[in-house]
Amino acid sequence: MDKILRVNMSDLSTRTEAVPKEWAGLGGRALTSAIVAKEVIPTCHPLGENNRLVFAPGMLSGTAAANTGRFSAGAKSPLTGTIKESNAGGLAAQQFARLGIKALIIEGLPKDNKWYSLHVNQDGVSIAEETELIGKGNFAVVETLEARLGKKTGVITIGQAGEMRMLSANISVKDSDSKLRSHGRGGLGAVMGSKRIKFISIDDSKAPGVPLVDAEKFKTAARAFAKAVIEHPATGEGLPTYGTAEMVNIVNAAGGLPTRNFTFGQFEKHEEISGETLRETIIARGGKPKHGCQPGCIIQCSQVYHDKDGNYVTSGFEYETIETLGANACIGNLDDIAAADYIMDDIGVDSIETSVAFGVAMEGGVLPFGDGKGVLRILKEDIGTGTPLGRIIGNGAGHVGRTFGVTRVPVVKNQAIPAYDPRSIKGIGITYATSTMGADHTSGYAVGTNLMGVGGGVVDPLKKDGQVELSRHLQIITVMLDTLGLCLFVGFPAADMPTCVPALMDMLNARFGTDLTPEWIGGLGVNTLKTERAFNIAAGFTNKDDRLPEFFREPVAPHNAVWDFTDEEIDAFWNF
Amino acid sequence: MKLTIQLFATFRNGRFKEEQKEFADGITLGEVVAELGIAESEVGMALVNGRHATMGQGLDDGHLLALFPLLGGG
Ligand code: SF4
Repeated sequence: MDKILRVNMSDLSTRTEAVPKEWAGLGGRALTSAIVAKEVIPTCHPLGENNRLVFAPGMLSGTAAANTGRFSAGAKSPLTGTIKESNAGGLAAQQFARLGIKALIIEGLPKDNKWYSLHVNQDGVSIAEETELIGKGNFAVVETLEARLGKKTGVITIGQAGEMRMLSANISVKDSDSKLRSHGRGGLGAVMGSKRIKFISIDDSKAPGVPLVDAEKFKTAARAFAKAVIEHPATGEGLPTYGTAEMVNIVNAAGGLPTRNFTFGQFEKHEEISGETLRETIIARGGKPKHGCQPGCIIQCSQVYHDKDGNYVTSGFEYETIETLGANACIGNLDDIAAADYIMDDIGVDSIETSVAFGVAMEGGVLPFGDGKGVLRILKEDIGTGTPLGRIIGNGAGHVGRTFGVTRVPVVKNQAIPAYDPRSIKGIGITYATSTMGADHTSGYAVGTNLMGVGGGVVDPLKKDGQVELSRHLQIITVMLDTLGLCLFVGFPAADMPTCVPALMDMLNARFGTDLTPEWIGGLGVNTLKTERAFNIAAGFTNKDDRLPEFFREPVAPHNAVWDFTDEEIDAFWNF
Repeated sequence: MKLTIQLFATFRNGRFKEEQKEFADGITLGEVVAELGIAESEVGMALVNGRHATMGQGLDDGHLLALFPLLGGG
C-alpha cells in the first residue's frame, strides 16, 4: 500500500500516513506542488519553520519502464519566493517507489543547533543526530555512507552551500555510479539546510516493489514506449552521441548563445566547447561518451569526462553548465569548465545559477571575463567556505547584480536565465517569463520547436508569432513528464512519434488499473499550473513579475534581435 | 558562385566541418543538400546566414549555410 512519510523537525517526530484520496492519482511534480499548495503558507519565510520540503517519485518510477526514474523535490523557493519543483535523476525515485513511498514531507525546524540525518526503509523514516559529515562535500557524504551502510545505500545530500543556506544550494542524489545528479534549481538545498538535515539515506533491500495491476499489458506498452524513444533521432542518436552539449553549435549558429553576460549571441570559441569536441576529447582520454544517470535509461545523455592524464573529472556534464561558463563567462575551455562542474557538484550549488552569477560578477569587475582559474579558486576558497564574497556569489545572479551595481542581470523572479538568449529564441523567452518556477528552460523547452521543428515544424525563433501558444502547450505537457517521473527528453518522441503517448497511457493504466486517456494529460497540466500560479499570487506575485529584465530590449548580435513582446501578449499566456 | 558550408554533428562524418565550394548560379538549398549526399528528411535545422531556410530557397554568392541533423535537448 502506498504511504506518505512525514517528519517533523520541530519535535523530532516521524509518522507514516495513508495517502489521501485527492493525492492518490498524482506523483512527481503534480504531487509535490499539490502538497506545497495545501500545506505551506504562501507568505512564509522559505527558510523558516512554516516551509515544508517534499520529495516524490514519479508515477511510473520503480517500474521496469525506460527513463521513468526522475525524483521531484518541492517547497517554497528561497531564491524566487515562488513555489518550486526541481527534479533529478539518480536512484532515489526508484528506491522510494519500490518502498511504496508516495511522498516524504519534512516540516518544522529543530529547536537546537544540532545537525540531523534521516533514514528511510521499509518501516518508514527515522531521525538521527549527525556530526561526522557536517562541513563535508557531497562526494565525501556518499563515500562515507557507502562505508557506513553498504554500497547499495541510496543518498540524498546537501553540500557546504546547503548547510550555509545559500540560495543557489542544490540537493544531490546518488546515481548508479556513486556520483551525483541534482535537484539544481531554486535553492532547495538551503531549505534542507534550514531544517538541519545533512542527508537522507535509503535502504530499499526489503522493498516490496511496485505492484502492477496488469503486468502483461504493462510489458507490451513499455516495449512500445522504448521503441518510440529509440527511434526518434534526438533521443536515439543525438543525445547518446554528443550529450546535451550538442546544443552549443546549434544555438550558436542560430545566434542565441549567451556570450559575455548576454552581450552577444555568438561565441568565437564555440567549436572548442561544442558537443562534437566534447565527444572527441572524451574518447581520446578514455572516458565514456554516453552514460545513464539511472538504471533503465536508454537515452544516456550523460557522460564521464576525464582529464589529460585519464583521471575522472566529472559526469553529467550538461550543455547549460558548459554554455554558461564556456561562452557566457567566456572561459572557452572544457577542462576548466569540467573542473568547475565537479566542485559545484561537491559543494552543492546549482551549476546554472552559479555560472550565470559568475558572468554577472565578471561584468561587475570581480574577476575578468574568461578567468577560468579565478572561477575555480572562488568556488573552492570562497563559496565552499562561506567567505563574504562566496556568500554573495552563492546567493545567485540577482544577488551579485545588486551587490556590484550591475544592470545586465539575466534573471526572472530572481532565478538565473540559462543558456538560450530569449531575444533570438523567443519561445523560450515566453517560458522564462511565465513559468511558475522563475526562469527555467525545462518547464517548457521551446528551443526544440523553435530551432529544430520538434512537434510538427519550426516556429520561427526570431518572430513572435505562435510563441505564446507554443510555450503554453509545452508547459502543460511538461507537467505530465515531471509527474510520471519521465526524463525531459521523452518530450521529443512524445511530440513526434504517434505511438509514444498512447504507450504512456497504457503503462499508467496497467500500473494503476485506471482508464485514463490522453485528455488526462491536458487536465493534469492545466490544474497543476493553476495550482502553482495561485500559490505564487497568494505569495504576492503579479503579472508584472512575468517579465524579462529591461536590458533584453537592447539588440543582440548577430540578428540584432530584441525582446519585443508587450505586457498584454505575455499575459495572454494565462488565458486557459 | 561561392558558398560557405558548415556541417555539424553526424553530418561531419566522412564529409567536412567547413568548406567553401563553387555552385551553379540559382541553385537551391535542397539541391546543395542533395549534392552533399544528405537526405532532406535527415536535416533537422538548415540556416542560411543564420536564419531558418526552406529547401526551396534560392541561394546567392557568399551565402553561409549551416546544416544540422535532427538533434534536440539541453
Ligand atoms: S537521458 Fe540523460 S537525464 Fe535523461 S535519464 Fe538518461 S542520463 Fe538521465
